[in-house]
Amino acid sequence: MASFAYAPAPESRDIVDLKPSYGLFINGEFADGSGSPFKTINPATEEKLAEVATASADDVDRAVQAARKAFGVWSAMPGAERAKYLFRIARIIQERARELAVLESLDNGKPIRESRDVDLPLVAAHFFYYAGWADKLEYAGFGADPRPLGVAGQVIPWNFPLLMLAWKIAPALACGNTVVLKPAETTPLTALLFAEICQQADLPPGVVNIVTGAGETGAAVVAHPDVNKVAFTGSTEVGRIIARTVAGTGKKLTLELGGKAANIVFDDAALDQAVEGVVNGIFFNQGHVCCAGSRLLVQESIQDELLTGLKRRLGTLRLGDPLDKNTDIGAINSAEQLAKIRSLSDLGEQEGAERWSPACDLPDKGFWFPPTVFTGVAQSHRIAREEVFGPVLSVLTFRTPAEAVEKANNTPYGLSAGIWTEKGSRILWMADKLRAGVVWANTFNRFDPAAPFGGYKESGYGREGGLLGLEAYLDV
Amino acid sequence: MPPYRSGLDVAHLVGDPVEVSTVTTSLADVGSSGATLRAFLHGLPGVDRVGADQRAAMLGTRSIKTSAKAMAIDLAISMVDLTTLEGADTHGKVRAMCTKATHPGEGAPRVAAVCVYPDLVAVAAGALRGSGVKVASVATAFPSGRSSLEVKVSDTALAVAAGADEIDMVIDRGAFLSGDYLKVYEEIVAVKAACGSAHLKVILETGELSTYDNVRRASWLAMLAGADFIKTSTGKVAPAATPPVTMIMLEAVRDFRDETGRQVGVKPAGGIRTTKDAIKNLVLVNETAGEDWLSPDWFRLGASSLLNDLLMQRQKLTTGRYAGPDYFTLD
Repeated sequence: MASFAYAPAPESRDIVDLKPSYGLFINGEFADGSGSPFKTINPATEEKLAEVATASADDVDRAVQAARKAFGVWSAMPGAERAKYLFRIARIIQERARELAVLESLDNGKPIRESRDVDLPLVAAHFFYYAGWADKLEYAGFGADPRPLGVAGQVIPWNFPLLMLAWKIAPALACGNTVVLKPAETTPLTALLFAEICQQADLPPGVVNIVTGAGETGAAVVAHPDVNKVAFTGSTEVGRIIARTVAGTGKKLTLELGGKAANIVFDDAALDQAVEGVVNGIFFNQGHVCCAGSRLLVQESIQDELLTGLKRRLGTLRLGDPLDKNTDIGAINSAEQLAKIRSLSDLGEQEGAERWSPACDLPDKGFWFPPTVFTGVAQSHRIAREEVFGPVLSVLTFRTPAEAVEKANNTPYGLSAGIWTEKGSRILWMADKLRAGVVWANTFNRFDPAAPFGGYKESGYGREGGLLGLEAYLDV
Repeated sequence: MPPYRSGLDVAHLVGDPVEVSTVTTSLADVGSSGATLRAFLHGLPGVDRVGADQRAAMLGTRSIKTSAKAMAIDLAISMVDLTTLEGADTHGKVRAMCTKATHPGEGAPRVAAVCVYPDLVAVAAGALRGSGVKVASVATAFPSGRSSLEVKVSDTALAVAAGADEIDMVIDRGAFLSGDYLKVYEEIVAVKAACGSAHLKVILETGELSTYDNVRRASWLAMLAGADFIKTSTGKVAPAATPPVTMIMLEAVRDFRDETGRQVGVKPAGGIRTTKDAIKNLVLVNETAGEDWLSPDWFRLGASSLLNDLLMQRQKLTTGRYAGPDYFTLD
């Protein structure tokens, strides 16, 4: 018997040319911000990566004006011409994928394996997909000549910084809108590298503007009177504030908010793959996924078997340096988020659920949380109701399919759900009854630019991706 | 609250224990009839192809470098069943291969076994005597398995008598696919008996079983019938040892040990040609069955050209340079 310890296999960060400071990207050029700059750190080490400009309300106004001016040119351009730019951007993203992936992992803390194999391919795929729509909008089913909305103000989260940028910018541009995008305060760097890619692609100035900053900058983008469309991905709490701000202004709004998805495993499921799916559902991206399968609903008759398999599998997860190619679980994105995960987990314990984590050494520096499973969780536990947004799984049980549906739907959220069974008819029956925007069968956390994504209830409204994703950026 | 109170004479209330017959009382009875075998094998959890492929592909992205790579290369060399299964095999060819098996290269460990046809076992046994390298022989009308049980048993007996330490038998895929699990089971039991003290590797020929569900069922069937090892392929059928198939077989041996306490080995064979392939297999072992299987006693790589690539990568790792192919012997 041998012990097979994998030697460190770090991806080189030399490919990334980190600048000491970054400005705002307005009208095709980088500019200083009027606010006081903030620093962005590597959450795995707490090392400062760069200083980033803060956009004040005036800066946001300049960005919106630039976008408004560019809208004339961009919206009048034939779709086939816009498509050329989008295809060009998609190709540059592919060419610079490694650079973008390393930067994403540095700034976000996610494992390089995920930024390299999931985020970046999807980012490029989104641009390719919507590039294809740009000259076919009249066939999309929204009328003979669907018009763009104007300037889109977009505010995106820190969990998939570049992917969320792609979800927002690609359809907006394809439809002929121009954008002012605010990346999250803790993860602005890949958006700023994307700004360089816009320059490299010779995108007309003002079509894409990136304004960095904290909540106030985002609020200024959302509230700006000359913004025609607001798109937000983030917490339900902030989503509410945005909905109130936008109410009565005539701005078109899409919100993609929180979730508390149920991953439902029946006793006739392919067990090994179900275990993989549960792991992928909640521990992918450290659980920083709005559609994460944070509630495992397992049929009582296979509870022990599944949990044994799950715990064994969690024992093989490799937590550590996000840039190591063998890392499965990276760092929590911020001290603030780590505190939230800790407090909700402690609460789960206090409320009587049983907490378990595999043996795993956490690095001394940076923000880390071990993969955690709570068993004996009831619907009334707060860890079963509130979004933890971390690597924390709550295990609940059910006896019948009807009970599974009832429990899965018994949440204020409705973003996604997973069904694990080898019985096709049950998949269809369940999918029909689950009130969730995305229902995965025998898989989880799979994304495709052609598949629309969005929620029910407190998970928001509007759809991103696919044909439906066009509707959010057209005047229809 | 339990309904019993202390001091109550439970035996008095319940009466004498009664022998209750159940469908299966233990795994030992599973092979008692075609019906029990079928019920058991079809009661195993299914395998989702998409999910299994995805998992195996993900494990294929593991990056094994420096010290881990050096360790993996030596481990892989020690797990090789150096194989020649050609109609053109001769005594000279087998002897040459046996020499390579015992002395693969400067400082490299010896391989696990040499695998030949039954009529060449005596040659290999002579050449390998005292080396610690085992002699493995394919048997049972290899590779198709299309013959009578008598022929298969005597084929096995011939190889064992000639000095084979290990027998690589093939299952009757036709019987398996037609649902005659009992026939397959009984053949394995009979060949296992003919093996005596020789270890039995059961070749499932997964390329012909086609579905992952079948791979899982055939794995369990072979283990229930007494296999010491389950092996993917003969090397004569494509696809041979694909990563997901090996992974599913590793899951099967893992679950079988949990259930019965008996550990069974796994041998992927066919199509493993490069060091990268070999290391991917070791990663599969490490992250599926676990490190208990990371030994030539429990995991083998059936291959021929693989050994030279392992030696080449080994030299690259120790010297920092690649030597040309002429610096590695062709046997």
